[in-house]
Amino acid sequence: MAIQSPSLEIPAGSVKATPASATRGYWQQVRRRLARDPITLICSTVLLLIIASSLAAPLLGLADPYKTSMIRRLQPVLSPHYFLGTDELGRDMLSRLIYAGRLSLFMGVTPVVCALFIGGLLGITAGFVGGGVNMLIMRIMDVFYAFPSVLLAISLSGAMGAGAENTLLALTLVFIPPICRVSESVTTQVRGFDFVDAAKASGAATLTIVRVHVLGNVLGPILVYATSLISVAIILAAGLSFLGLGVKPPEPEWGLMLNTLRQAIYVNPLLAALPGVMIFLTSICFNLMSDGLRAAMDVKA
Amino acid sequence: MLLYALRRLIYLVPVAFGVSLLVFALVHLAPGDAISAIVPPDAPQEVVDKIRQYYGFDKPLPVQYFRWLVVTLSGDFGTSIGTGRPVAEEVGSAFGNTIILAIGACILAFTLAIILGTAAAYARSRIVDRLVTFVALIGVSVPNFWLAIVLVIVFSVEFGLLPPMGLGPDNATGWHLDGAHIAHMVLPTIALSMIPLGVLTRTVRSTIKEILNMEFVTALQAKGMNDRQILFHVLKNAAPTCLAVMGLQAGNLIGGSILIETVFAWPGTGFLLNSAIFRRDLPILQGTTLVLAFFFMMLNLTVDIIQTMVDPRIKRG
Repeated sequence: MAIQSPSLEIPAGSVKATPASATRGYWQQVRRRLARDPITLICSTVLLLIIASSLAAPLLGLADPYKTSMIRRLQPVLSPHYFLGTDELGRDMLSRLIYAGRLSLFMGVTPVVCALFIGGLLGITAGFVGGGVNMLIMRIMDVFYAFPSVLLAISLSGAMGAGAENTLLALTLVFIPPICRVSESVTTQVRGFDFVDAAKASGAATLTIVRVHVLGNVLGPILVYATSLISVAIILAAGLSFLGLGVKPPEPEWGLMLNTLRQAIYVNPLLAALPGVMIFLTSICFNLMSDGLRAAMDVKA
Repeated sequence: MLLYALRRLIYLVPVAFGVSLLVFALVHLAPGDAISAIVPPDAPQEVVDKIRQYYGFDKPLPVQYFRWLVVTLSGDFGTSIGTGRPVAEEVGSAFGNTIILAIGACILAFTLAIILGTAAAYARSRIVDRLVTFVALIGVSVPNFWLAIVLVIVFSVEFGLLPPMGLGPDNATGWHLDGAHIAHMVLPTIALSMIPLGVLTRTVRSTIKEILNMEFVTALQAKGMNDRQILFHVLKNAAPTCLAVMGLQAGNLIGGSILIETVFAWPGTGFLLNSAIFRRDLPILQGTTLVLAFFFMMLNLTVDIIQTMVDPRIKRG
């Protein structure tokens, strides 16, 4: 997707099914593997720093991110009073870049979380119930799959009009189908395992089977897949704001800042590229973390 | 084979129906009355009513939908509110420009990805593998609209080597195959190719790695085939998976070129879509989305059929 949706294709892999009783040892193993993976640890630390600093921005003693100054416009990076310079309205860049993390991360993570709940529920239902229900749900998803994902996001939010809520809604709709497809294929696989039949034969209630045997085995792969979508979502959300469809000015947001600073590329090119560096850094960290998580959880990509 | 293609085509009918419903709904997603997007707020009531009647907005939604569907299927996509020209004309000329850019980006991305991915899968040294994995990671992580700006900064602003925007010199409106037009294509093509490059490199690398571990490769080696002969068999086995990803990426490239086209002011469908959104030109928005979605569906169908031609086993699945 797009931003031709980098990794919206379905992992064609298989689920490593484990009976429900073995799960505790499994999670311990995952934690141990993660602790031994330096790249994942570094990426998580960087992400935590970005998230924590944007949340704690008011406590960091930064300049007011909204305060404009006509005489101090487009100050270069590393100028005496402005560590990262000032933007086209003379606002402090360092402060704005840190504050922008709030909206940019929120706009990227929220749609994936919402889509995870809705798409996961639909996909697990389709996979577990099967038959006509499966047909109905998956054919509806096929309709959404007939659109390139970026086009779908832009057309939806373009039609609904600019604004953060509309962007969130459009992005959630874009991410439901891929998550639903992955959930469905993983659940269908798990449903075919003998231990599900055994549980059924021993008289377990359907909900118990779903809760203990199905969820226990499908949540891992679905979560790993969802984390791999976060970087796509952050880029896509920033892209929508870049087009003027997402967050409205004067809110600090990386995509929007990139857009407004574009006019400055002839005056102060380094400054104009800064917001993109933040998007790039965040998305690369989420991608590497998702790869590490996939390896640690032994989910085949 | 023909039967399979026909079956896939028939299967597309309900999907296409759903797509048309969704595209139709786009206009009604617009805030407020669909008509308010077209007429200025100070228009007198009788004009509003007249336009409402003209567009059929006074009819119930299902009736509106079928009227719209019949008109659209006959090739009439309506009239642009912004320019007054037929939507089909506007979308048609923009679509050609997008395809030109997409072909360039596909050639660049797919060639590089196949070479890099194969090299990484075959590499005995870990450095080559690491390096290719890193390039692929950059490809899937970089916001391509930012990369586009960086390319403009480096190659147009700092060194003045390549033009920063436009289809060709002197605000050209049509594309020709000559040096100046190619120069205008270089930067957008590179920016557009990054994501498909990253995604496909990852796919090629992991697919070939998996195939190299299969027993038939050992068997071929035991038979005394040299590496080049074996590579042919490996590539043939990797082709269906890679083709599927290529098709998807090519489609996404065409549908998702809006950001790159906006940065480079490239007059393609993305640029058209962008201006339509800000002029609230809903017929153009609808028409462009429909054409792109239809093209994407046809592309996927073609890839599906080519896939089964390369590997008949898929048909059974």
